[in-house]
Amino acid sequence: MKSLGSIRRSFAPWADPASKPFISFKNVTKKFGDFTAVDDLSLNIYTREFFALLGASGCGKSTLLRMLAGFEQPTSGEIILDGQSLTGIPPYRRPVNMMFQSYALFPHMTVENNVAFGLKQDRMPKADIAERVAQMLKLVKLEKFAKRKPHQLSGGQRQRVALARSLAKRPKVLLLDEPLGALDKKLREETQFELMDLQQELGLTFVVVTHDQEEAMTMADRIAVMSHGKVVQVATPAEIYEAPNSRFVADFIGDVNIFDGSVTSAGDGYVVIETTGAISVRMASAEKPAKGARAAVAIRPEKIRLSRQAPAHAPTNAAEGEIWDIGYLGDMTVFHIRLKDGKVIKASSLNAVRAVEDPLGYDQQVWVSFGEDAGVVLKD
Amino acid sequence: MEKWSRFNIASVVLGFGFLYLPIVLLVIFSFNESKLVTVWAGFSTKWYGQLWQNQSLLDAAWVTIRVALLSATCATVLGTMAALALVRYTRFRGRVLFSGMVYAPLVMPEVITGLSLLLLFVAIGFDRGFWTITLAHITFTMCFVAVVVQSRLLSFDQSIEEAALDLGATPVRTFFAITLPVIAPAVFSGWILAFTLSLDDLVIASFTTGPGATTLPMKIYSQVRLGVTPEINAICTILIGVVALGVIVASIVTRRREAQREKDERAAFAAIG
Repeated sequence: MKSLGSIRRSFAPWADPASKPFISFKNVTKKFGDFTAVDDLSLNIYTREFFALLGASGCGKSTLLRMLAGFEQPTSGEIILDGQSLTGIPPYRRPVNMMFQSYALFPHMTVENNVAFGLKQDRMPKADIAERVAQMLKLVKLEKFAKRKPHQLSGGQRQRVALARSLAKRPKVLLLDEPLGALDKKLREETQFELMDLQQELGLTFVVVTHDQEEAMTMADRIAVMSHGKVVQVATPAEIYEAPNSRFVADFIGDVNIFDGSVTSAGDGYVVIETTGAISVRMASAEKPAKGARAAVAIRPEKIRLSRQAPAHAPTNAAEGEIWDIGYLGDMTVFHIRLKDGKVIKASSLNAVRAVEDPLGYDQQVWVSFGEDAGVVLKD
Repeated sequence: MEKWSRFNIASVVLGFGFLYLPIVLLVIFSFNESKLVTVWAGFSTKWYGQLWQNQSLLDAAWVTIRVALLSATCATVLGTMAALALVRYTRFRGRVLFSGMVYAPLVMPEVITGLSLLLLFVAIGFDRGFWTITLAHITFTMCFVAVVVQSRLLSFDQSIEEAALDLGATPVRTFFAITLPVIAPAVFSGWILAFTLSLDDLVIASFTTGPGATTLPMKIYSQVRLGVTPEINAICTILIGVVALGVIVASIVTRRREAQREKDERAAFAAIG
């Protein structure tokens, strides 16, 4: 089997204008009474993509998934799957299957009958059904549990049955609604990687809905960050993290320090911003905003350096402060540094060695600094 | 365990005595040797034997059972449908009014239910007899079924129906393969309830009956007016037994379902936690 990396590295159909999207949402709007759950949304998903819809609860991500499955009809707009419009097609005639957040296992059926249910609806010959069920249970490592009922299984096992059941019909697209939400942290992390391997092995298109950003970052080829029924940004996990296109995305994904201010000068490939806390920030930027325009710079905590002496480039991209809080997480340590104007900066440092001579402690005066390419300039 | 105070013992004895003394007396006297109801003359089961010779009583029992079987089955179908509509379609106009109307027969005086049905049958010229009693019993037991099934549906995870649809089952297939098996215990206890209600109804049956269709409670009532016989006591004892059995079966089914659900929930919780 090819490793995930070798496939993933070269997989980017969204960047190729010649490739045709597999699933297209075209100006889809969904209203429930006065409430607009999905607002004029357009989105393309490609074959074999592992696509994540990420957002807080109520952002419309589940509604989007349910429209793809056929449980909700768009108020306006159209969904195209593999060149065919899904308008008016009921859920039981769509070539997609869904794994439910609650797993939705049939409580009165054994594991094997749960998995076989979809195949029976297709009137598949009995011998073929038995073969496929065995194959699916092997895939999720539940061969020994075929005769059990759902209530005799653990949460992790139920999750696997739900997965096997939704994969049994070999759907063109598998929809996963918070697939790992009910599992504990350790099991969740293991299962994330299993899902990724499975998706590659079967060559399917996965659309997953999650509110867990780590889950989305780990598994997905691309993430759509949603808010109030709209897609705010669609990009690869790295782009979303390192180059968020808005304050919302920067703030929603991971920790971030945001410096607000106004542009004092801009040149070829750089911008200088005077922050409200009187720090001069010089940041690499492709765009050239007008002088005096309001702007913000977002810098991730791990890209902030701490030092006892002022860095050479001070006062640009540097400020003096006091260590306010220290959180030791094991793999890294998080510092909260209070600057002179009262702003608190988050900085994290990897604990690459077991013991540090003279570590930074509470109430110490330190310099925070960052490079010109450490952050992103956000327009508001 | 708490100690029983004298007051508690007295309360229990008084309360249960008040409730069950008449029934216990009836059961005891059904085994009386003497033909005189109030004089004990030794144990005997001869009155039970004599029941089998009393053709009119047997006929009445047969009518009652047929009415109860048929009306309970129809009431279960209609009541389940009503419960589904009330729980699932929460956004239709007049839902509150409709659900109130389904429950109204629960508190409606039987005399009024009986009288209104009689008026209806007379108005449309329906010959009164077996079928009118059956229809009347469907009407008044249906709401009991609806209440029982509705309470089960409220805790029903609708995503399992969506999962069935998603896997290619049509809505009709989904209902029979998924929904019905899962709510079956509640539907069954609804049926038992309807059956026992129909079995011991006197008032509504009296209003809606016609020539040739006499139910057992009606027969008993008319005989009692001529004097209580040990034979009547015997048939009443049997009736009490059947109804008690129905209630016990229904409550066991319900209890088991609850226990099963609790077990499932605990298992699920343990698996998560």
